[in-house]
Amino acid sequence: MWIALGIIGGLILLAVLFVVGVYNALVRLRNQVDNSWSQIDVQLKRRHDLIPNLVETAKGYMTHERGTFEAITKARAAAMGAGNVADAAKAEGALGEALSKFMLVVENYPELKANQNFLALQEELSSTENKISFARQSYNDQVLGFNNKIQMFPSNIVAGMFSFAKRDFFEIEDATQREVPKVSFN
Amino acid sequence: MWELIRANKRNSIILMATMALVLMALGFVIGAAVSGAPEGGILGLLIATGIWLIMMLISYSSGDQIFLAASKAKPVTHDVHPQLFNIVEEMKIAAALPAMPKVYIINDPAPNAFATGRSPETASVAVTAGLLARLNRDELQGVVAHEVSHILHRDILFVTLAGVMLGSIVLLSEIFLRGMFYSSMGSRRRYSSGGKGGGQAQAVMMVVAIVAAILAPIMAYLLYFALSRRREYLADAGAARLTRYPEGLASALEKIANDPSPQLQSANKVTAPMYIANPFKKKGQRALSNLSSTHPPIAERVRILRNMTHGAAFKDYSNAYAAVTHHKSVVPATAMTKEEIALREGQAKEEKQERQQKQMRQVGDIMRKVNQFVFLTCLCGLKLKIPPNFKADKVKCPRCGNPLNIPRK
Repeated sequence: MWIALGIIGGLILLAVLFVVGVYNALVRLRNQVDNSWSQIDVQLKRRHDLIPNLVETAKGYMTHERGTFEAITKARAAAMGAGNVADAAKAEGALGEALSKFMLVVENYPELKANQNFLALQEELSSTENKISFARQSYNDQVLGFNNKIQMFPSNIVAGMFSFAKRDFFEIEDATQREVPKVSFN
Repeated sequence: MWELIRANKRNSIILMATMALVLMALGFVIGAAVSGAPEGGILGLLIATGIWLIMMLISYSSGDQIFLAASKAKPVTHDVHPQLFNIVEEMKIAAALPAMPKVYIINDPAPNAFATGRSPETASVAVTAGLLARLNRDELQGVVAHEVSHILHRDILFVTLAGVMLGSIVLLSEIFLRGMFYSSMGSRRRYSSGGKGGGQAQAVMMVVAIVAAILAPIMAYLLYFALSRRREYLADAGAARLTRYPEGLASALEKIANDPSPQLQSANKVTAPMYIANPFKKKGQRALSNLSSTHPPIAERVRILRNMTHGAAFKDYSNAYAAVTHHKSVVPATAMTKEEIALREGQAKEEKQERQQKQMRQVGDIMRKVNQFVFLTCLCGLKLKIPPNFKADKVKCPRCGNPLNIPRK
């Protein structure tokens, strides 16, 4: 009698421990996903902050490239004003494209390319592009781990109990955009 | 990823326990041999444990600081070398580390790098000036990714603690063997003092102790090196996974291997496994066989990385490893998840001799800045770099003779 009660009590205790363990693991993974997402956000903001400086520095040298500058400024304003995630992803993609076009044009201005200030900005910008793509990479890794945990047995039971929802990958629809926005130079 | 970290932690604990046992056994045997009684063995055991405990506490609390100081690494900020700083941050983001590692530069022409620290929160990454001068951005990224992988895999704590354990074992054996050497030169009184049977037992114990004192450090070294070789492969795999570009690290390793500069000044046998490439130049290839080397041969590491043509996941590294070495995989099976990771293109442009020289000069200037040189530009355009031990307030421009004021900080 007592033995049976003891066994049942032990089983209940084990079940509770299991639920607590899985729940904590899920929360940890979800926080990691959120943190990775905020990393992407930080880097996108950084890119927005760098652009005015870059344009200011380049303007003095590139007197005939009004159109390029306008395209960048417009794309930046659109990206900063984007309301939801989908819009933001699209606008950021357009901004990346405008910047890579700008970098191609820069190749025609050797004096600009020799400017120390501009070189420093260039390193910052290309590094920010890298950081955006690495942050996206890490975000997608974290989402994969989180979604696996939610869908796989037995952790899916606990996930269902506390209604953990699957997260979406951060992907760029356009196939040409799948590559990192190319702003490479040395 | 988590599976790999867990496996690494488990291995670390096993190694620690083994080394602790070796250390205690050594203490017991030496104690028993010196005193001739089992009580002495207990005392020896206590002393060995005491040495180990003290060294462990010191290394846990400030091992990374001691190591950085011993390597003469100088902390740098973003302004000193923006590219290095940016690359470390990129890898920090890719690896999702909880905090930005501190960045250090070592003023040494030999290209090398290491990571240290207790946890990912308090990690440091150090690179030599020679490395900065020779690698392009992709290659530097590969090296930093390798170091960040060490941080991510928790290798940094392992190397620090295992190094200390190894140090304790070596220290204990040294003390005993030296003591033996001097006391046997002095007198042989101790051997004859005890009763006949006791003396014999002590003599036997003595032989055992001497053998143990000679063998224990060797065994500990071999164990330590074997594990650190495995960790190098895993850090290479991690670097490929973080950067999605194995060629960057491969070409960096090639440059490091072919570098003509003299070996790194501030490295020693215990700290050698921390570096990305063995800081000691081989005298005579493979003279000491694979067992005693801290690092896998660089040529092999490069071949494995270049064999990763299908993707950048651990699985791809494991396949490439098997294809190159014909051994079983180094990657724990639990870490080989089903992820598919595509490779990407390199970013750095082809190198020109000219750029290479410019890069070399820039690094020289960075080192002078770190070492508190003062930079002045004369009206005639000549740039002066004044060392910190130059005490006068003014200096004459060597080209035009114009006197220049030296600003003091």
